[in-house]
Amino acid sequence: MTIVPGELHVPIEGEADIVTARQKGRELAADIGFSSTEQTIVALAISEIARNIVSYAQCGEITFARVDDGVRRGLLVVARDRGPGIPDIDLAMRDGYSTARSLGIGLPGAKRVMDEFDIQSEPDQGTTVTMKKWLP
Amino acid sequence: MPVPILKQGDILIASIQSALSDRELVELRDSFSDQIGRFRSRGVVVDVTALDVLDSFATRTLRGIAHTARLRGATAVVVGIQPEVAFAMVQLGLSLEGVETALDLEEGMALLNGAGTADDDRAR
Repeated sequence: MTIVPGELHVPIEGEADIVTARQKGRELAADIGFSSTEQTIVALAISEIARNIVSYAQCGEITFARVDDGVRRGLLVVARDRGPGIPDIDLAMRDGYSTARSLGIGLPGAKRVMDEFDIQSEPDQGTTVTMKKWLP
Repeated sequence: MPVPILKQGDILIASIQSALSDRELVELRDSFSDQIGRFRSRGVVVDVTALDVLDSFATRTLRGIAHTARLRGATAVVVGIQPEVAFAMVQLGLSLEGVETALDLEEGMALLNGAGTADDDRAR
């Protein structure tokens, strides 16, 4: 898989940046050729992972890039923070689980709607969520 | 920018015009609760036609608006959820359970006025 040059970085420093992140992600998804429905789904998943940064780590960054694996083209979204990390990822990925004031549906929901989803977290080192959506 | 709340008879209407931050959504919830008492409103309509995403926080706040309105003696109706927004919500597992919804502002007003749907109105 190659990452097409021209990555886009959106700093997440407060809740207002959640809106910016999902708008930038949607614009790139539209450029790549995703349908309006798929753009909305991608924007929603971005909103959830951006909110996760604001709720648990206060600040971080989301990077958007075009990807190409030779056969398919798609969108790569990487959300990084240097927050406290997630002590139990399996638990965090369970529907309905939340330690902040949320529905606990954000991360598992985002995983459900994206084609690929990976989460890495180290205590006191931070959390990185990597997700991809391929053009159908 | 705060969402303006219009008053039409005993119904309050908030028409959201652009993407809202979490804070603006919470402010909307609080001003509804306050104005329901001040204007003795029976119903509130939240028009989300312009919103291109309803995420878990927005969904939770809309439920909060509806439940707060209920406790203040009014009924809240969320109107104008766009088809792709509804589809994305379903895919992600978000719902507005316990919240009245209507297709658009006209249907929402008809619902609050106890007239069933706007189509019923026209048939009468």
